[in-house]
Amino acid sequence: MPPLTDLADAVIRGDHPQAGALTREAIRLAIEPKTILDDGLIAGMTVVGDRFRVHEIFLPDVLLAAKAMYAGMDELRPLLIRDGVPSLGKIVIGSVKGDLHDIGKNLVGIMLKGAGFDVIDLGHDVAPEAMVRTAKEQGAAVIGMSALLTTTMPVMGEVVSRLKAEGMGGTVRTVVGGAPVSEAFAREIGADAYAFDAGNAVDVVKTLVGRR
Amino acid sequence: MRALRERLAAGDVLVGDGAMGTMLFERGLPPGEPPETVTLGRPAVLEEIARLYLEAGADLLETNTFGGSPLKLALHGLEAETVAVNREAVRAVRRVAEGRAYVVGSCGPSGRILEPYGDVGEEEMLASFRRQMDALAAGGVDAVCVETMTDLREAALAVRAAKAAAPELPVLATMTFDPTPRGYFTIMGVSVAQAAAGLEEAGADAVGSNCGNGIEHMVAIARAFRAATRLPLVIQANAGLPKSVGGRTVYDETPAFLAERARALLDIGVAVIGGCCGTTPEHIRALRAMVDAERS
Repeated sequence: MPPLTDLADAVIRGDHPQAGALTREAIRLAIEPKTILDDGLIAGMTVVGDRFRVHEIFLPDVLLAAKAMYAGMDELRPLLIRDGVPSLGKIVIGSVKGDLHDIGKNLVGIMLKGAGFDVIDLGHDVAPEAMVRTAKEQGAAVIGMSALLTTTMPVMGEVVSRLKAEGMGGTVRTVVGGAPVSEAFAREIGADAYAFDAGNAVDVVKTLVGRR
Repeated sequence: MRALRERLAAGDVLVGDGAMGTMLFERGLPPGEPPETVTLGRPAVLEEIARLYLEAGADLLETNTFGGSPLKLALHGLEAETVAVNREAVRAVRRVAEGRAYVVGSCGPSGRILEPYGDVGEEEMLASFRRQMDALAAGGVDAVCVETMTDLREAALAVRAAKAAAPELPVLATMTFDPTPRGYFTIMGVSVAQAAAGLEEAGADAVGSNCGNGIEHMVAIARAFRAATRLPLVIQANAGLPKSVGGRTVYDETPAFLAERARALLDIGVAVIGGCCGTTPEHIRALRAMVDAERS
């Protein structure tokens, strides 16, 4: 099998030692770092995302695949930086203030990284001002917010209005998600988009940054 | 009052209680605050909620200890309060139940993921559940309910912790399933048949499902459990999925709808029928009336 197909397969299987070793091998074979990323790591995570979406695999498989992808990324990152390979864009994500649920948000982070985005994960219980400040300082294109509690959903609205108040409403786009969140709620608070699951979040963010 | 274990063995149908979280929010729990802070600061609120469910006809009253394992409490810096959080929540419900309902200690997920997928070892998680179960038992529960679990290994550890802490206490164990094209699975990939076998092996006295996607899915899940085990079954359904309408949380399924659809659970032989997120004392009152009408 070609080395990058092997690498994608190691990611799909969630075999992180193998994913690291195959990435090193691909680098030794002088394959372009960008190609290793696209045809190896991202290709693998795309399959994982698709299988998760149709319930063919479950959370543990995704978490192991993510570990494998990160093992490859750790090898590749210095070369991508050296070559000045741009990511698809910087995305700030977090579960909003008051919300300690982060499995869904973590999945979104995994899928975005797996699609080639540069993800800054602020974790859970993130205050609106921290989200906006980080997006500003890091030059992020999108803020992704998650809430699993109906009681914490209004915080998403605060982030949107704070962005607008600081004149960043047009430059930093917003996407919201989480079990109780809906398309209608996203419109209600003036968010740019709603994503119904982690796989969908990748499509939505790609649209927001004009990459599809 | 006869022991819960005897009631389950006799094939009696018992009515569980409804949601705790939404009741606490309505009584001033600020968003983001863990529900366990109410136990420490305003235990009278817990008595009020228990009384509402008792008056609605619940046979089982759950304690406000869903997040009461030290691993979970540590997310709020409250792990040092583990004993008080669990013991005082039990005492509050006991003061209301007074032999008219069983006091059931609630135990939810740790909020952490076991190795190799996450970063917690089995021993640490078992020890965490054991500390909660010791405190629940010391507070005087009549049973414990391990609930909203998605990882079978974690659920089994909680059941084992309960059995180690108090071998005589009945343990109910329920997991949360989503519909998929291949049947019902938890987000961690556990099927109903796997859940039934694994929870039984861990020592659970009754098994089933809670939370989830509404009563119609729960009836299908109950059928799958019935085909997989002889143990008494526990079904505590959400009132549908939460929606936000104009900033207010709304659950679709009315008390009448829940009770009407829950009738099918009696035919399947479910032993404990109750509510979860979004259900109110009115939902429990409707379930009580349905059960009494069908069983009289």
